[in-house]
This record gives sequence, C-alpha cells and structure tokens, in this order.
Amino acid sequence: MTRFVADLALALRLLARDWRAGELTLVAVAVVVAVASVTTVGFFADRVQQALTRQANQLLGADLVVSGDRPLDAAYAAEAETRGLTVARMLRFPSMAGVEGSSVLAEVKVVTAGYPLRGDLRIADQLHGADRKAEGIPQPGTVWVDERLLSRLGVAVGDSIAIGNSRLPIAQVITQEPDSAIGFINAGPRVLLNDADVAATGLVQVGSRIRYRVLVSGEPREIAAYRAWITPQLGAGQRVESIEDARPEIRSALERAEKFLSLAALLSVVLAAVAIALAARRFLQRHLDACAIMRCLGASQRRLVTLYLTQFIVLGTVASLAGCFAGFVAQHALALWLGTLVTVELPEPGFSPALHGVVAGLALLIGFALPPLLALARVPTLRVLRRDLGAPSGMGWLGYALGLAVIAALIVWKAGDAKLGGLVFAGFALAMGLAGVVAWAVIALVSRLGGSGVSWRFGIANLRRRRLASVLQVVALGIGVMALLTLTIIRSELLDLWQRSLPPDAPNRFIVNIQPDQVPALQKFFAARGMAMPELHPMVRARLLSINDRPVAPTDYADDRARRLVDREFNLSWATQMQRDNRVVAGAWWGAKPSRSDQFSMEDGIARTLGIKVGDRLTFDAAGSSFSAEVTSLRKVDWDSFNVNFFVVSPPGLIERYPASYVSSFHLPPGNLELLNALVKQFPNLLLIDVAQVLTQVQTMITQVSRAVQFVFLFTLMAGLVVLYAAIASTQDERLYQATIMRTLGASRGQLARANLAEFAMIGVLAGLIAAAGANALGYVLASRVINVDYAFSLALWGIGIGCSLLGVMAAGHLGTRWVLKVAPLRVLRLLS
Amino acid sequence: MDKQSSPVMVQVINLGKQVTTGDSALTILDGVSFTVKAGEAVAVVGASGSGKSTLLGLLAGLDTPTSGSVHIAGEDLFSLDEDGRAALRARLLGFVFQSFNLLPAMTALENVMLPLELAGARGAAAEATALLDRVGLGARLSHYPKQLSGGEQQRVAIARAFATQPSLLLADEPTGNLDAATGAGIIDLLFEINRERGTTLVLVTHDLELSRRCGRALRLAGGRLQS
Repeated sequence: MTRFVADLALALRLLARDWRAGELTLVAVAVVVAVASVTTVGFFADRVQQALTRQANQLLGADLVVSGDRPLDAAYAAEAETRGLTVARMLRFPSMAGVEGSSVLAEVKVVTAGYPLRGDLRIADQLHGADRKAEGIPQPGTVWVDERLLSRLGVAVGDSIAIGNSRLPIAQVITQEPDSAIGFINAGPRVLLNDADVAATGLVQVGSRIRYRVLVSGEPREIAAYRAWITPQLGAGQRVESIEDARPEIRSALERAEKFLSLAALLSVVLAAVAIALAARRFLQRHLDACAIMRCLGASQRRLVTLYLTQFIVLGTVASLAGCFAGFVAQHALALWLGTLVTVELPEPGFSPALHGVVAGLALLIGFALPPLLALARVPTLRVLRRDLGAPSGMGWLGYALGLAVIAALIVWKAGDAKLGGLVFAGFALAMGLAGVVAWAVIALVSRLGGSGVSWRFGIANLRRRRLASVLQVVALGIGVMALLTLTIIRSELLDLWQRSLPPDAPNRFIVNIQPDQVPALQKFFAARGMAMPELHPMVRARLLSINDRPVAPTDYADDRARRLVDREFNLSWATQMQRDNRVVAGAWWGAKPSRSDQFSMEDGIARTLGIKVGDRLTFDAAGSSFSAEVTSLRKVDWDSFNVNFFVVSPPGLIERYPASYVSSFHLPPGNLELLNALVKQFPNLLLIDVAQVLTQVQTMITQVSRAVQFVFLFTLMAGLVVLYAAIASTQDERLYQATIMRTLGASRGQLARANLAEFAMIGVLAGLIAAAGANALGYVLASRVINVDYAFSLALWGIGIGCSLLGVMAAGHLGTRWVLKVAPLRVLRLLS
Repeated sequence: MDKQSSPVMVQVINLGKQVTTGDSALTILDGVSFTVKAGEAVAVVGASGSGKSTLLGLLAGLDTPTSGSVHIAGEDLFSLDEDGRAALRARLLGFVFQSFNLLPAMTALENVMLPLELAGARGAAAEATALLDRVGLGARLSHYPKQLSGGEQQRVAIARAFATQPSLLLADEPTGNLDAATGAGIIDLLFEINRERGTTLVLVTHDLELSRRCGRALRLAGGRLQS
C-alpha cells in the first residue's frame, strides 16, 4: 500500500516534470479535442434529439398517450401525477351537432385543463379572422369549433349549437389543432368541449363509441419509466403510444436524424483517436532513453509500466475533464447560435454525454498507449551504452490492435446501433487496410522508379527508409481527410438527397374510403381543376388469422406493437408494379407477369415485429371469408416519402373479389382550402387526412439536423488539424537530426526544404487518394444501406480530396519543419547527443 | 584500507560473448576472468572494438553473456532475472556514461533525485542538492540539461551516480565527449568523491593517462584479457 502511494506520488512528480517540459502537450491537446468533440456532439445530439422528439410530440399533443375504448382506470392518471408528470384527460367520440333544420356528424373532443400538453392550439375570434395561440381550453358552457363546422352549418361565432342534450354557444374558431394528424378517424368537423360539460350532454353512455385518453408529458426518462410501468397493466382494447408509434413518417425521420448526428460523432471519434494514437506514440518514442536509464537505475519493468500507466491515466482523466468542460461550453454556444435560427426550445443537456466523453478519452488514450508502453518497458537496457539499439518490437501494426478494438467498441457504442456502427467501423478498417497496402506499394514503386534531382531522390528515400512510419502517416492523414470529406461533401450530398427525397410538393393530404364507383367522378373533379389525378391504390381490410396454419392472437406477442397489429385489421392492396419508394430486402417481387396469384409481399418492419419470414403462409379473413398465400418477398418502405404504402401487397387475382375501397395521396397547395370543401361537399363519404403538419415537421427536422451537423463539423476540422500536426511532429526529431547531418555535409537549406516538400507532397497525394476513395465508398454504403437513397459517385470529390490533402500536408509540413533548417547544426548535435 | 584483506566486489569467471550476424558468429569477449576487491579502482583499457563496453555492460547486467559468470558482492548476476538484476543495480551500482544520459525533461536537481525517488528514499531533494553542491553546481539546480555545458552535464551525471551511495561505480569513457581540460576536472572530481565514499570503481577508457590514475589496468585486445 505504501509502495503504491509512493509510486503514485512519483508518477505524479514525473508527470509534472514531463508536462513542464512540454512533452505531454500534444497528447493532452489530442485528448481534449477528442473528448470535446465527442461531448459536444453528445450533449448536443442529446438536446437536439430531445427537442426533435418533443417537437414531434406536438403532433400527438403529448409525450405519451394512453387510450382505451372503455373508461381508463383512475390509477393511470394518478400514477403519472405521482411521478411528477403533467396529465390531461380527453374523450373523443362522433356525435351529431346542429342547429334547427340542419346537423352534421362531428367529432367531439372533450378535454380537461392543460390540453394540449405539447404543441399549440390556435384559435380565432371569427371565421377567417387572425388567429392566435389559445391560452387554455373552452370555458365551461361554451364550445370551440373548426371552420368546417361553421361553413357546413352556416353558423357564426356567438350562435349556439346542439350537442346531445346541451345547447352551447360557440366562443372561438379552431384554426389549428396540434394532434389533428393522429389516427384515421378525425375526419369530421371538430367540436371542442370542456370536460365539465360532458355529463350534461348525456352522450357518454354504455355502448357509445368513445375513445378515452390520458395525455402525459414530462422528462424523457420519466416518460420511459411510466411507459414501462403502465404497459403490463393495460387491459383489452387499451394501448399506450408515443409519436413514433402513431406516425411511421416521424419515426423514420427521427431515426435518420439520429443516424446523421451519431455519424458526425463517430467520425470525430475516429479522427480524435488517430490524433491520440500518433501523440501517444510520439511521447513513448521520446521516452525510450528515459526508460533505459530508469531500468539502469534499478527500476523493474513492472514498475516502469506502473509509473507510466499512472501518468497516462492521470493525464487522460484531467484532459478528458477539460475536454468535457470545453464540450459543455461549446454546445451552449451552439445552442445559442442555433436558437437564433430555429424556434424550437432546447431542453437542458443530460449528464451522460460528459461521462461518455471521459470514458471515451481514457479508453482511447490507454488503448493506444498501452501496447507501446508494454513494449517500452522491455527496452534493452544496453541502450544506455549503445544508442543504436532501437525501439523494441511491438510498436508496429500490432501495437495499434488494442486501440483499434477500442475505436470499434466506441463506434458501436456511440452509434447505439450495431448495424450503423459495424458499417462505419468496417468501412474504416477496410479503408485502413487497403490504404496501408496501397501506400506501401506506391512508395516501393516510386522509390524504384527513382527520378531526377537530388532533393526528390532524397525525399523519396526518406519515405522508403521510414516506410512503416510513412505508411502509418499516410493512413492516419488519409483517414483524417476522409472523415473531413465525408463530413463536408458527402454530408451535404446525403442531406441533399434526403431533402430531395421529400420534395416541396410531397403529398400532404390522404384521401381514404374512395368507393370504386366514385373513381370516374373523382377523376372529373381533379381534371376540372386542372390537377393531375392522384394515383389510386386499392385497399381491402382483413384480419390476420394464422401464420403457417397456427392461429394468432394478440396474447401470443409480448411486444406492444405486435399485439396491436394482430388486434387490428390490416390494409391489404394488390399491384403488379412495386412502388418506387419500396425496396425488396428478402425474396423477390413477382414482376409484371406473376407466376401465381397466391403470394404476399410484406413490409420488412412489420414482418420482423410479427416474426414472419419469406416462405411463411399467412391466412387472412376479409368480410367473413378467408384466403391464404405465401410470403414471397419482404420490402423496406420509405415511410417518410408520404406516399400511400401498404404492409401487405399481393399480385392481382387474390383479393379483388373482396370489398375494396381506394386510397390516394396528393399535394394540396397551401391556402387552397376551397378545393377541400368542394371535395367533401361532392363526396361526403371521403375521409380526408391532413398530414401537412407531419410533413412540415419532417422537413423542419431535416433542416435542423443539417445545421447541427455543420457545427459539429468545426470540431472534426479541429481534430483533423491535430492529426496533421501530430503526424508531422512524430517524425520531427528524426528530421532535425537528419537535416543537421546533411547540412554538416554541405547540403543547402534549399535542397533540404525541397527534399522535405517532395516527401510531404508524396504523403499528401497518397493520403488524398485514399481519403477520396474511402469517402466515396463510405458515402455509397451510407446512402444505400442507412439513409436509403441513391448515391451518385462524385468526381469532384477526388479532385478536392487530393488537392486539399496535397496543399494541406505540404503547407503544414513546411511550417512544421522550417525551423529545423534554421537551427545551427552544432546546437542540434549537442541537443541530440 | 588494506586491499589484500578486502572482500571481493567483482568476480568475473571465464566470461564470453558472441553475437551472430547473418551466418557468421563474432566473438566479442573470450574467456575473460578477473576479480576486483572492494575499494579498488580498476581501469579497463583497449582499442576501439576490443570489447571494453561489452564487458562493462555485462558487469552491470545490462546484457547477458554467452558463457561464464559475473558475481557482484557475492551475488551471481546472471542467476537473477532481468528485474532481479535491476533491483541489484538499484542497491549496489552507480553509472557514469560517455554521453551523460541525463533525462532532457528534468532539471539537474530532478535528474539527481530520480534514483533516490525510484528507491523510495526520503529527503531526496536535500540529498540531491548536497551532491550537486559537492560537484560545484549548487547554483544550477533548476537548469535543464540543454542549458548546461558538456562538463556540467557530466558533473550532474556524477552526482546522480553517487546519489544512492553505490558500492560499485561503473564509468564508460566518462571524458570521451569532453575537451581535455574539462575532462581532467571531471576525472579529479570522480576520484575525489570515490575516495571520500570508498566506492569500488571500474572505469572503461582508451586514455592511458587516465588508466594510470587507477590502481590497476586490465588490457583488452580482441576480446581477450592481456596479462
């Protein structure tokens, strides 16, 4: 114990001495930048994700909704309140609303104070009046209605309408509801009623078609805990849902946003890791002598490892904490900057990114320092007598294995998604391996080719003589530039592609329940208004009875979503062509001439939820008769394209004989509400679903994520610069010594400078080449596998990658070695003797 | 002290060292045997490549021999493992090198403190300050090696070598990197402190003048000891 304390004290003294002598600055800077970028992204991604989720939750009017077709247990709301969550209650049911002589089927929504918990309810004093955010809910004894009700009934604000047994005056016009996009039943004109008035209407009776809801909002962790508490309590016909459950578009957009942000974080981790690797290696190389002398003075190998490891742990911890602090400050700056661009209110960051940052910083430092450190402790003691005894083995490729393992672990951890993490790491590992081989071969080739000019030959000879170090430098720089290219060019291309996947005229209205005999009239309706007829998709509702002749019941599944799916009817469709935004991931689509009609193509996500594979036989029940077919393909569906899509599709000939209706989606230009009114008037049975808000939401998310990623890029750039500096510094001692010898032998400064430039130019071109190839490949993989968009290979990327790398490395290399040429040779010889 | 009755500090028996380069074996030391008694000062002389430095490295246990043995204060050096030899060095040995081998990141004082700190000794700073005073560098405690001249660096190295009060001091061409006047001063200092502390000294040099100041000289040629 005392020995431990003594060693700790000694390690701290050694650390202080090395720090004072400037030996540790590069290592510390690398760790600080690494941790700062990881934590900034972490803090920020955390906050942006919270904000995006909260913003998306506006569409639900809450963070979580518990609903059921019978009154909900009072304990549900009580428990939420005990947990410090905000709670509101809501009932909704269809009911006739009217004045003398006319009435319409309206959707009545009964709410308690606090509604909506997320998002804004907007109201106006009169029809087409200027609207404002509602403070509160209708006063008891009054109702708020939407403009559709006013125009259908031909009434105005101040008039009274009858709802059940009550007659209530209209106080305000609803212009916008936060939760209008949720569910398929909100087609009718809206009446908003205070909870205090519902009993008097006499509409709440046994057998009424009422949907009861408890709305909950609060901190994400609390919400998750509440969800975990309530899920097992739910009875038949009850369910709990968040926005991701309710709208696949939002779910899919949120997932992509998270992927983009974690990608940015991953790239900065990789860059920072390269910087740490180079810096730690340089530190240990410079301490070869110190180790030999300490061994000579009687220190055992184990003791040296203990002393240096302690130094690294202390340094790593302190630098990581500093990095955390820098990250915290930076993300605040980011939030302020972003705050001026985006209206969303950012929640406070969580604590976990700080912890992640420290763990990442320490793990990377130890991962890259430990193998060379263990090798260092075995330095031949005889080195004190014979300087030519070089570095011990274990400092080569193998020395990086542990560090690479740490990077892999960090990537998978940070990605929070084994697939994305695995892809990114595999991409980097493959690129590194290939890059190493290519660099090795090119250096060999170029040095064989020779060339004219003593400086060029000398520069190339440098590369060849230090071939392993040169290859490492090329690979490190190549990865740095590749990460930068990925983050700049690829990022903006991917974001562009993503944005383009959701054009400004993406469908914002769904039409449901079109009857087959209405199709010609509907075509005429659109043609008369100079609009193209939207694509119609047939739809048959059916219930899933069995999988491979084994009957299914909701209770077969533990997963909440699976239960609901089995509980509900599926929407099936038939088609010969697969939709453009679908992609087959297993099996094969039947093509234009199906060999047989008893086939199903199923959406991949739902198949996974229900445990269905290609080859399984599904039996459905539609209108009392059943039909079966085999699943022959699974499709990935791009839900945030806002096109109509189906979970289950069959070829023509299987389900046409069952009662079908048609579904369509189209883009309604803003402000063209007259068209909607005319449509509803002519086809009163149609359900029109407004997804404009969801669409706007997704588009806003894309914009916000792009901005966040741009900021994070600054850190990656900084990490890239540290990599560049570390790569050059790692060979500086040797360059200094060599330049001195050369000058003593009569080489001019110009010759030496040109030799250095030749060497750096070679490194720059190789690194740029590797970077461009890697970034292109990574971009392709990310586009096709993660973001699901088509990727166009970029020629410009090669030019930009090689050009920037060449100029950057030459400029930095020149700046970094310029002083080497200015120092008096005698001074250098003494310094290095 | 009567050297005839002094205990043996170094006993070298039939020491040999061969290295293989490619397919040919090179004999660096061949059947070297001698003893050094406590308190003696012995010079090892010979031309470049005669095996002097290899012999010194083996005496310090910095390298392992092909054959033979070395006993330091009665302990068989090569029956110990590498860490055991390191512990023995910490206990018994001091070094002065031709190239000083000071740690560049440490001040003069810290360089001298280092062996004391590694040994876990108390009062390392006071002891090191006293030693630096003794070698005439009391005013340069906080200077880094690169701020000191070659002679000054070697004085720091001498102070460091004596810091743990070793029984045996091994010196490898201690004046090899110094001019004649500075070298002479260093040697005077080395012998003075050696006498004061009664340390046994084994000194490798090709300087005959220097070897004459030692009580005895062992002459190496072609890896063999000349009589």
